[in-house]
Amino acid sequence: MSQWTKHDLLDLEDLSKDELELILTTAKSFREVSSRDVKKVPALRGKTVVMLFFEPSTRTRISFELAAKRLSADTLNVAASSSSLSKGETILDTAKNIEAMNVDAIIVRHSCAGIPKVLADNLGPSIINAGDGCRAHPTQALLDIFTMKDKKGRIEGLNVGIVGDILHSRVARCNITALNKLGANVTVCGPSTLMPVGVEKLGVQVSYDVDDVISKSDCLMLLRIQKERQEDKFLPSIREYAKKFGINKERLKKAKKDLLIMHPGPTNRGVELTADVADGEQSVILEQVTNGIAVRMAVLFLLLGTKEE
Amino acid sequence: MPEDTKIMDKDDVKRAVMRIAHEILEKSKGVEDLCIIGIRTRGVVLADRINECIKEIEGKNVPCGVLDITLYRDDLTLVANQPIVHETKIAFDISGKRVVLVDDVLFTGRTIRAALDALIDFGRPSCIQLAVLVDRGHRELPIRADYVGKNIPTNRDDNVKVILKENDKKEDQVVVEKGKIK
Amino acid sequence: MALLIKNAIIVNADKVEKNPQDILIEKGIIEKIAPAIKDTGAKVIDAAGKMVLPGFIDLHVHLREPGSEDKETIESGSKAAAKGGFTTICCMPNTKPVLDNAMVVEAVRKESERVGLVNVLVIGAITRGQKGEELVDMFELKEAGCIALSDDGYSVNNAQLLRLALEYSKMTGQVIIEHCQDPQLFAKGVMNEGLTSTKLGLKGDPGISETVIIARDIEIANYLNARIHFAHVSLKRSLELIRQAKKERIKVTCEVTPHHFSLTEDEMKSFNTNAKVNPPLRSKEDIDAIKKALKDGTIDCIATDHAPHTVEEKEQDLDHAPYGMIGLETAFGLAVSELVETGILSWADLAEKMSSGPANILGLSKKGAIKEGFDADLVIVDPKAQWIVKEEEFASKSRNTPFVGKKLVGRVEKTINAGKVVF
Repeated sequence: MSQWTKHDLLDLEDLSKDELELILTTAKSFREVSSRDVKKVPALRGKTVVMLFFEPSTRTRISFELAAKRLSADTLNVAASSSSLSKGETILDTAKNIEAMNVDAIIVRHSCAGIPKVLADNLGPSIINAGDGCRAHPTQALLDIFTMKDKKGRIEGLNVGIVGDILHSRVARCNITALNKLGANVTVCGPSTLMPVGVEKLGVQVSYDVDDVISKSDCLMLLRIQKERQEDKFLPSIREYAKKFGINKERLKKAKKDLLIMHPGPTNRGVELTADVADGEQSVILEQVTNGIAVRMAVLFLLLGTKEE
Repeated sequence: MPEDTKIMDKDDVKRAVMRIAHEILEKSKGVEDLCIIGIRTRGVVLADRINECIKEIEGKNVPCGVLDITLYRDDLTLVANQPIVHETKIAFDISGKRVVLVDDVLFTGRTIRAALDALIDFGRPSCIQLAVLVDRGHRELPIRADYVGKNIPTNRDDNVKVILKENDKKEDQVVVEKGKIK
Repeated sequence: MALLIKNAIIVNADKVEKNPQDILIEKGIIEKIAPAIKDTGAKVIDAAGKMVLPGFIDLHVHLREPGSEDKETIESGSKAAAKGGFTTICCMPNTKPVLDNAMVVEAVRKESERVGLVNVLVIGAITRGQKGEELVDMFELKEAGCIALSDDGYSVNNAQLLRLALEYSKMTGQVIIEHCQDPQLFAKGVMNEGLTSTKLGLKGDPGISETVIIARDIEIANYLNARIHFAHVSLKRSLELIRQAKKERIKVTCEVTPHHFSLTEDEMKSFNTNAKVNPPLRSKEDIDAIKKALKDGTIDCIATDHAPHTVEEKEQDLDHAPYGMIGLETAFGLAVSELVETGILSWADLAEKMSSGPANILGLSKKGAIKEGFDADLVIVDPKAQWIVKEEEFASKSRNTPFVGKKLVGRVEKTINAGKVVF
């Protein structure tokens, strides 16, 4: 198995197939830790992990925080404003101040693509991307893939359908990149106005027929329709979206029996999927949440677990 | 060319494992509350073999678990090469049990220290004992084994290699490689 | 005091002199051009081994004064221009306040005269406050010295209003300069829309935001038989439309910036905010089309769109960082490196794109050429000198350019404006 040499986790594009698999394997070992009575190991004792979030988030932040704590690292939350210039301080200023406190890793989320890379280029601590604009959200994609592999036993040859707002989705982009590397067949499906330019060149099939995608898929990943984006009028209405692309019990009659229903959360019940589907037996949405901690522990351990060369 | 010396062959290993199993049973007065936990990687194989011997003798197995101590190592931040973290599998409650920890070689004692820390996180055993195939000396911590297959006097920089067919696809043996540790 | 430039290889848009000539300058005018002019007691500059071009004219500069003097001032911008070989620069009206009335225009003119390094021509706004609602008093601005008008930063989005401006400009003789961009289609894109923007997860500007306005404006200009100039054209398709319009003798002219012929959208892969410009850097295909259009005359001139911004503003994320890069001091080096060294333009062509071309668009009859009786605006260049763009060497107040560290060929040695050495 390959050695881990990366200093930061910015995008899954930067990782080889072997490195992706190393994270998944390591995560499997860490999942067991979370099932113990004492859910804590001393691996990162004395390390400090800062969560620098320029965009509000509850789930991802809590998941990272628990992951760090279960590895015995100390954690700190910094909620920063995306337009910090209003306070006369640039993003780099803020980050350099944190760096000066001798921290080991900075987990960063920002509404604009590229900020984690800019920080990684300028700072010493390991930078972990917890979502940058519409670009990447590597740990989410890793936990999605971990869940698929856990349930299906493989990734290679799996038919994965990604349904929803592909245009604005960092989760979709990141999953496409990694799933392609691991040999899955990815189909993206959603309204044509929510497909990014050149999507067909990303190595995916493009479909506007959700029923067709359902019938062919082994895993169906639903993306959140952000109602706040509706101001831009990408869709005639949320109602029409729900009718045409929303997943309900009726639609799932055509699905394979062991289809996995996935969603990065938070779900819009009644839009992307109905409540009975979200809570149904094919849904692995909560397992994704559980696996998220294991995957993030693996990432933190791989990045921080050994000494710098 | 450093000379390699075979210290134990296939039969020696077999006899040592059988003897350890007998000693464990003798000291524990049976299999009640007894469990065995092997330390990855070769300790796991040895634990399984000891358990088989116990079954031969007593007619039944004892619970057997697998422990990965990577996350408890005290040298994590000193090693440059990332160790691979493997799964720990202890599917039974160790509280109140007599735990026999199994490893292949006892050397500095640091692995056992990490294993003890890890075990304590899983519960509160009534006692923990240690079984090793080889004790080669040079302890850095106050740790000793309760059951030893063979004591081998070595130099600090010798490498003691335990070869087990389940892991190494080669016939069982124990070899001392002179001056192999840098 | 008279000035004598000796042994100069004179480059004009119509001709490059084979043999070195001497140029005698008196009272800011080119008095005489001849081989070996006798020493007249004038101050002598030896230009042996160098080339002399007509001073560069930049149709598109943001001097930021009044209002944003932390980015640039008329003084620092003039210094940057002189260092870059420019003797005449046109400043855009998107200052605070907007240059939309005689009083502020006067103030800018007075300050530029006080600085006295290069000619600063003021471009007035087309609409009051650049709000796109009502026309400025165009005659008043004309009398204040605005030979051109532009709402640069925005298109005149209301087509009727543009029609009126073009119609009125036939009386005033002002050049209407259009920043071609439909705001809804543009949607504050931070880079060119395409596979790269999709991969990077950055908001893309579809090129149609530019081409629809160009197509619309050509139709209006054609209908009115009026003149229009298109600022910073960036796309292959835009150039096809302009080429066709020129073929049909519609009175359109256009400019291109050095960064649009030097850099592609790939620059954004490093998320460098200094490469965020408006219009955005485009594809390789567009660059090739721009080079072709420079060669065949579809593009009339090179203009920098020099747009200074502070480090603090550019250190924001790509969504928030302002558009623009500085360009006065790298324009010539980029033009030589990317266009002359590669054989796309001759030296005479370069003089056309940087001097006579813009002079013609503005109707400056005594500028843009080195001829007896013309204004003594000259730039002496070392055509083969190699240099590296260094952050600490800029005369501009700002440093926002992705060209720092780049090796360029062709360096400005001296700039002479109205017979005075200004750099």
